[in-house]
Amino acid sequence: MPTSINDKLKREIIIDHYSSPRHKKTPENINDYQKIHMDSVSCIDNIYVYVKLDNDKIVDACFDGVACAISTASTDILCDLIINKTKAEANYILTQYLNMIYEKDFDDSVLDEAIVFSNTYKQAARIKCATIGCNGIEELIK
Amino acid sequence: MFDPNKLRKDFPFFENVKKMQGNNLVYFDNAATTQKPRQVLDSIIQYYSKENANSHRGDYDIAHLVDDKVDKTRDLVSKFLNCDKREVVFTSGTTMSLNLIAYGYGQKFLTKDDEILISEEEHSSNILPWYEVSKKTGAKVKFIRLVDGKITLEEIKKAISSKTKLISLAQVSNVLGYKIPAKEICKFAHEKGILVSIDAAQSAPHMKIDVKDMDCDFLSFSGHKMCGPTGIGILYGKFELLNRMDSFLVGGGNNITYDTGCNVSYLYPPEKFEAGTLNLAGIYGLYAAIKYLNDIGLDNIENYEKELKDYAIKKLSSNKNIIIYNKDSETGILTFNYNGVFAQDEATYLNSKGICVRSGQHCAKLLNDYLKTPATIRASFYFYNTKQEIDQLAKVLENGGNFLDAYFN
Repeated sequence: MPTSINDKLKREIIIDHYSSPRHKKTPENINDYQKIHMDSVSCIDNIYVYVKLDNDKIVDACFDGVACAISTASTDILCDLIINKTKAEANYILTQYLNMIYEKDFDDSVLDEAIVFSNTYKQAARIKCATIGCNGIEELIK
Repeated sequence: MFDPNKLRKDFPFFENVKKMQGNNLVYFDNAATTQKPRQVLDSIIQYYSKENANSHRGDYDIAHLVDDKVDKTRDLVSKFLNCDKREVVFTSGTTMSLNLIAYGYGQKFLTKDDEILISEEEHSSNILPWYEVSKKTGAKVKFIRLVDGKITLEEIKKAISSKTKLISLAQVSNVLGYKIPAKEICKFAHEKGILVSIDAAQSAPHMKIDVKDMDCDFLSFSGHKMCGPTGIGILYGKFELLNRMDSFLVGGGNNITYDTGCNVSYLYPPEKFEAGTLNLAGIYGLYAAIKYLNDIGLDNIENYEKELKDYAIKKLSSNKNIIIYNKDSETGILTFNYNGVFAQDEATYLNSKGICVRSGQHCAKLLNDYLKTPATIRASFYFYNTKQEIDQLAKVLENGGNFLDAYFN
């Protein structure tokens, strides 16, 4: 996805992943998954993040709970990006994502739809929401 | 003559922070904390720049000035509440005051055969201290059923039993802004031998309080929600109760004598509860804050906030996408959501338009089950807010569905 996509499309992508997230669910075979509870005093988000590993490979990732548009859409998009990746590949993607959020240099070639969150710095109070899922996944695969 | 625009000029904050995200700043988060007038800031500076000494027995003139101000502040608070000076304890705020009651009275006197009655709309600070009492003593914490978000005497009558020993309630809910019938509750409770603790964090800044008339046993509030500094608050308690309670802080300033055999003679209340150096700058600030509010008049404040609330309801009611949870509450707290938008996303949108509100559960995590929503937006008014600011809120909410504007405009 080119970084030049316009704001209208970025908004549509966020709304799409918020209103119909692909990965917002509690897995049926929950025992096959690593799980982490993520919440924060600074926001309402209160989610569980799940990752299913096959040795070094992430074969599934999902999340569930109470979450705003920003945390839902960002976590959903990141799940898309890391499924079927190795831990090292996934970690690289998550690092680039965090670099983007924190306004550092980043490799946009691996971020695909996650690029829609490049404006998060405009609403500093929401950085937590845009990173809560990312931080959960990082903990699970480190 | 009450004039909010004139009063605003007393607040350096409004002079210094005119814009947020390129729009006129509107501060509607007064239930969280209030802005400070110059008089309060000057009083704090007076302490640190002209009278900086510790209280308690400094044998020089400046230390005497500090002791004098501590004494005068206690006196001012006692008049503010209509109680005896000995019944005014300085704490760090409402949370510490409530913890002090729970520790000093609850953990000392309650047993596994006793019950404590609270409600689901209490702030965490009026729930968790009682949970700790329950853990330590085995006493049970029970909840009053809310009727349309309100606490009624009838429901309290249904909820008590012969085991109920203490009722602890917010005089005004920090989420829905309803007032409880505090005087009637105290009268009924006392007939049954039950003590009543009042969390006045959201009432003391906004309405006249008379603890003698209300006849509550304890009352707690914070300075920073009433134009005072953070880190200073008050616990009022009937002297006889305070006298029987333990302090959870002991040390310098709260004892008369002790020996190597662990025998201690503590001071009488209130000093018994005030071990360690007091928040003296906080006390100077609180003194100025109470004087400031008294000069405006608590009745004027209460009436004007009701006027603002009614105006806000009128302005927002025409917007069909706004769900208001407390249309008929009497105080300046407005709790709402925008249809289909998560509260925090809407609050971010309001931030992008210059408006400070709070989203979430407002530390009343049990209430959201009752409201059937994970979170709400709270706009809370104070005497320095204006109808023009409410107009700005209403106008911005006309496009409240476009909450992602916060990121893309």
